[in-house]
Amino acid sequence: MSRDAWKGRDVISILDFSRRDLESLFESANRFVGPPRPRTDLHDRIVATAFFEPSTRTRLSFTAAALRLGAKVIDLSPDVSSLQKGESLHDTTMMLQGYSDLIVMRHPSEGAALLAAELSSVPVVNGGDGSQHHPSQAMLDLFTVTRMKGKIDGLTYTVLGDNRYARSATSFMYGLTKFKPKMVYVVSPETLRPRDEVTKQLKSLGLRFEVRSDIEQVIGNTDVLYVTRIQKERFPDLNEYEKVKGSYKLTKELLAKGRPGLIVLHPLPRSTELPYDVDSAKSAAYMTQAQLGVPLRMALLLKILDGGRS
Amino acid sequence: MGVAAVARKGAAPPASENQTTMLVRKIPDGSVIDHIAAGKALSVLRLLGDPQENGFTIAMVMNVSSSKMGKKDIVKVEGVEITPEQVQRLALIAPKASVNIVRSYRVVAKANAVPPRTLRGVLSCTAPTCVSVREKESAPSIFFLSGRTPLRYRCKYCGRELSEKEISDQLG
Repeated sequence: MSRDAWKGRDVISILDFSRRDLESLFESANRFVGPPRPRTDLHDRIVATAFFEPSTRTRLSFTAAALRLGAKVIDLSPDVSSLQKGESLHDTTMMLQGYSDLIVMRHPSEGAALLAAELSSVPVVNGGDGSQHHPSQAMLDLFTVTRMKGKIDGLTYTVLGDNRYARSATSFMYGLTKFKPKMVYVVSPETLRPRDEVTKQLKSLGLRFEVRSDIEQVIGNTDVLYVTRIQKERFPDLNEYEKVKGSYKLTKELLAKGRPGLIVLHPLPRSTELPYDVDSAKSAAYMTQAQLGVPLRMALLLKILDGGRS
Repeated sequence: MGVAAVARKGAAPPASENQTTMLVRKIPDGSVIDHIAAGKALSVLRLLGDPQENGFTIAMVMNVSSSKMGKKDIVKVEGVEITPEQVQRLALIAPKASVNIVRSYRVVAKANAVPPRTLRGVLSCTAPTCVSVREKESAPSIFFLSGRTPLRYRCKYCGRELSEKEISDQLG
């Protein structure tokens, strides 16, 4: 995608972007890593954040990214807005597009960002829609791999955890379809395996992957271990959650069986699957990953709002 | 439109129709819907509407032997030529169905049920958290054809696929 083709684009799914688009984004993001300098690129722009679900990293890193580029940020707080009076996504989107130049939206319904993008005259960035997509997280995850491993191609990935409901895991795997990983192991308890439509999509896009149950079998071959927590809030039946709660957990002993140079990524927040003592492991890269969220999202905002000029 | 129609003036009645003349007489004018999956004839009838209300005569043969399908159903509608829109919808209930339009005991046109690539406002997503379910008033129901055998449609918003049975259940 050329520089101008980024301008004004919605970001709904990472599948909508080519490898070249992503590499160009990572190249831009690299320039924002390190001590921040005052910038005014977006001084005349307003970014609206509309998070209908809780968020720490996505909302704050988008906000920080916008502020670092000189933009103003307005925030829709579901608790004190007309959403409390039952205002629809349709009407909320129509208001936000009139008040801002770009909308970052998170919503519990799959397809919410796509619907908003269809309604809105300003670009919409999907900050997570139900259990479906989280494109900027996947871009950030792949950017982190690029920075820490020097490449994305040719590596073996293991995606461990809630591969059914965790949109970060799904989007990460979708993102890998744009590159040439050596192998992707998809490891989870049986009830947390990817949904049919996801495996079908991965197959149709030619991703080499195997669904496994035991992390011990694949840790020795893994270059990048991507872990997610069990998404308790998305289980239709909490009894099902109770059955898989605590069914996998990272330990230093397990990581010691990994390849030299193994890195562990996690979109956070964590639960019991990622104990705090793992933070001191050499392979723990998730805090760096979270920090890279600001430069990555700076590059993303700049590309959409300004065509990538800087 | 999704309808493949071929005019066949003066063509002989299809073999399948000959096989069933013992059960149902030929119709002078109207539509013969053949190659309906066995057991689906009643769903097809619902698609055509209430015969008493619309004033047409319907004959139905169920569980007939078929070389192609093993067993099949056939529906004959006297005095009514079913519309391209109905044929399109028919494809969702009976994807293998064929329609013969009959005038003066002759087949004058044939139409095969071809599932449309896109369906708007016809099906409902079964994912309870899909935006097309939660924001029904403003989110349109849009599905894309994702498989013909068996028939499958994919929700534009959440990606969930509906199976042939789910599609048939919704429309039947």
